[in-house]
Amino acid sequence: MPHDVIAAAAVPPVMRGAMRPQPVYVETPLRAFAVATIFWGIAGFLVGVYIAFQLAFPVLNLGLEYTTFGRLRPLHTSAVIFAFGGNALLLTSLYVVQRTCRARLLGGDDAAWFLFWGYNFFIVIAATGYLLGVTQGKEYAEPEWYADLWLTFVWVAYLVIYGGTILRREEPHIYVANWFFLAFIITVAVLHLGNNMALPVSFAGAKSYGAAAGVQDAMIQWWYGHNAVGFFLTAGFLGMMYYFVPKQAERPIYSYRLSIVHFWALTFLYIWAGPHHLHHTALPDWAQVLGMVFSIMLWMPSWGGMINGLMTLSGAWDKLRTDPGLRFSVAALGFYGIATFEGPVMSIRAVNSLSHYTDWTIGHVHSGALGWNGFITFGVLYWLVPRLWGRTQLWSAKLANWHFWIATLGILLYITSMWVSGIMQGLMWRAYDHLGFLQYSFVETVAAMRPYYVIRALGGVLFLVGALLMAYNLYRSVRAPREANAALPAATAAA
Amino acid sequence: MDDHSQRAPADIDAVTGRTTTGHEWDGIRELNTPLPKWWLWTFYACIAFAAVWVVLYPALPMTGATGLLGHTARGDAERDRREQAAAIEPMLARLRAATPAQILADPDLRGFAMAGGRMAFANACAGCHGAGGQGAPGFPSLADDEWLWGGDLAAIEETIRHGIRAPDDDATRNSLMPRFVADGMLTVAQAADAAEYVLALGGRSTDGASAIRGAAVFAENCASCHGERGQGSREMGAPRLDDRVWLYGGDKAGILRTISLGRNGVMPAWESRLDAATIRMLVIYLHSLGGTEQ
Repeated sequence: MPHDVIAAAAVPPVMRGAMRPQPVYVETPLRAFAVATIFWGIAGFLVGVYIAFQLAFPVLNLGLEYTTFGRLRPLHTSAVIFAFGGNALLLTSLYVVQRTCRARLLGGDDAAWFLFWGYNFFIVIAATGYLLGVTQGKEYAEPEWYADLWLTFVWVAYLVIYGGTILRREEPHIYVANWFFLAFIITVAVLHLGNNMALPVSFAGAKSYGAAAGVQDAMIQWWYGHNAVGFFLTAGFLGMMYYFVPKQAERPIYSYRLSIVHFWALTFLYIWAGPHHLHHTALPDWAQVLGMVFSIMLWMPSWGGMINGLMTLSGAWDKLRTDPGLRFSVAALGFYGIATFEGPVMSIRAVNSLSHYTDWTIGHVHSGALGWNGFITFGVLYWLVPRLWGRTQLWSAKLANWHFWIATLGILLYITSMWVSGIMQGLMWRAYDHLGFLQYSFVETVAAMRPYYVIRALGGVLFLVGALLMAYNLYRSVRAPREANAALPAATAAA
Repeated sequence: MDDHSQRAPADIDAVTGRTTTGHEWDGIRELNTPLPKWWLWTFYACIAFAAVWVVLYPALPMTGATGLLGHTARGDAERDRREQAAAIEPMLARLRAATPAQILADPDLRGFAMAGGRMAFANACAGCHGAGGQGAPGFPSLADDEWLWGGDLAAIEETIRHGIRAPDDDATRNSLMPRFVADGMLTVAQAADAAEYVLALGGRSTDGASAIRGAAVFAENCASCHGERGQGSREMGAPRLDDRVWLYGGDKAGILRTISLGRNGVMPAWESRLDAATIRMLVIYLHSLGGTEQ
């Protein structure tokens, strides 16, 4: 068919692929990843809500070491980033790599089941460690050496299985989503190894000591921490976006060239931006300055992903009215844009002198985490979960819409209260009275933030309620009789 | 693969009129849209900004490389601190030269000392004594006119400078409430009687016989510090026992615990931690808070 003109509405692109023979894809274990994503998501949101209330009402620490903020906080961050986000990334990467390579997963069902149990076993031993007070004391890298070793093993298996599937591909080119997933898998491996170099005190004990000390340790930690955001929560989720947004919109990707340029710019620039977490510390000035300028150069490469996602909807914007999953994905790209603009702004040293150590940082992280990572995952789940169980229709689009608006309101309450609280906190810390004395003591700033802590916690409650609605909706969707959906083409069969 | 070779190198997308790259993955194609101009130029501008910035500011991994502007973070902090110190110095100089009585007599100085004392209190003292100086069990209230070691200007200054039972200060205020039961000086029954007597001193006894027995125990063991009628002694820092103000709890169980196991609260010596002017301002602030004893 030379120069065939495709009328997108008349002949959906999905039909073109159907002409070719299709391998048997690994799917059953992916259902387990989907269930784990939803389960850990709700667990992580619940702990987040609880610790948010702890900040407003300290009595909720319950006077028990196991339930103090200090132990529950890493439980929350790990549950939402590594358990919810990690299972979502495994789910989507394994789903996407097979379909865009037209190749069955290397190792088949067994390989996928190993990744499922292996990764979730890591989550469980890490989480129980936190509650028992076992921690390296490194933010987002709290698990001790035994959990780190196990994760290394699982992660290398992931790389082999994922990379091996790409090597078996029947498509001549590697699709952009797979570039991002591969960057995510490889870089997270490097980060994990680099930041967890430690010597155990004994083989029978949980305690270890890190190889680096002092400001070098801090720099390695934030090289890791920032790139956990960059490659786990950004590159990985962009991989998700690059497959599911064009699928939901049924439109081609807006710009191939933009995807190449922003991919390489993003992966090259992100890795140097970590020092902006250590402005105004013992870190040498030159490293702070480089961290700042790399963060600023990162603004457009980050936005490349947003542009490519949003503009993919050209000609399909009307679908936003009818497809709640797509609505989540598009809102996610909006929040991604907000967060990746706010980040470079906060990396400017003068801005950072106000924002550093305040709730503004917490708000910034959550506009990315709730808005971008949460919403893009919800969008994917609404599209993918019915299909994984052989259905294409959601039980209730109306309920999904309720989820969308409740969760959006929750995010707005969260980030606006943290903006106000954080900026107020920063201004109070630096305020001098007319005589030249500091105007506020630390504890006065804590008292002033309390109303915002309550608002933030309520925002979290809304976000959690939305996720519960989604879990119920998806449960009803996969329990619906298959016949009801028979008229609709199953993506798994067509693709 | 065979399908790929059959396909034209570029399809045209009907909605946008753009060609596609000719590839297709699971039904997904990509348009040949060029980079958005505004995106590209903003990216270049950010890179240009970075290039300029690393010339102006330190960006080379070597000591002494400060960039063209000669900036260092340490220098910034030093400058801020110098400016802050210079702004406050004239009033501080007047304050240092004045006695507490002179400060109280000069409205400007007094206001200055109150403001500085309030902030010093909030940062150094409120953690134990409460944001309003209201105290907490084991930490005396500073917002009333009950003082363990004296509440005039000189006594407050002495307490702040040297602390109470501060292990690192030879001139600290020292006294000891013994562990009467734990160290075998009294039986539990005797201690309970003494506690009943202490309640009686404040008019709260409910067991007259026990209180009468306790009077003898009290006279022998307690009166030397707390006074015959429990009126207390500031030389010893021995609290009054005939009122309703209690540092560790005034019910019978609390009193019995104090007699049995002793109480020896510690306050740090602040002379080595705060400068003289700050201590002077704290004294003025606390004096006003705690009854302005003369």
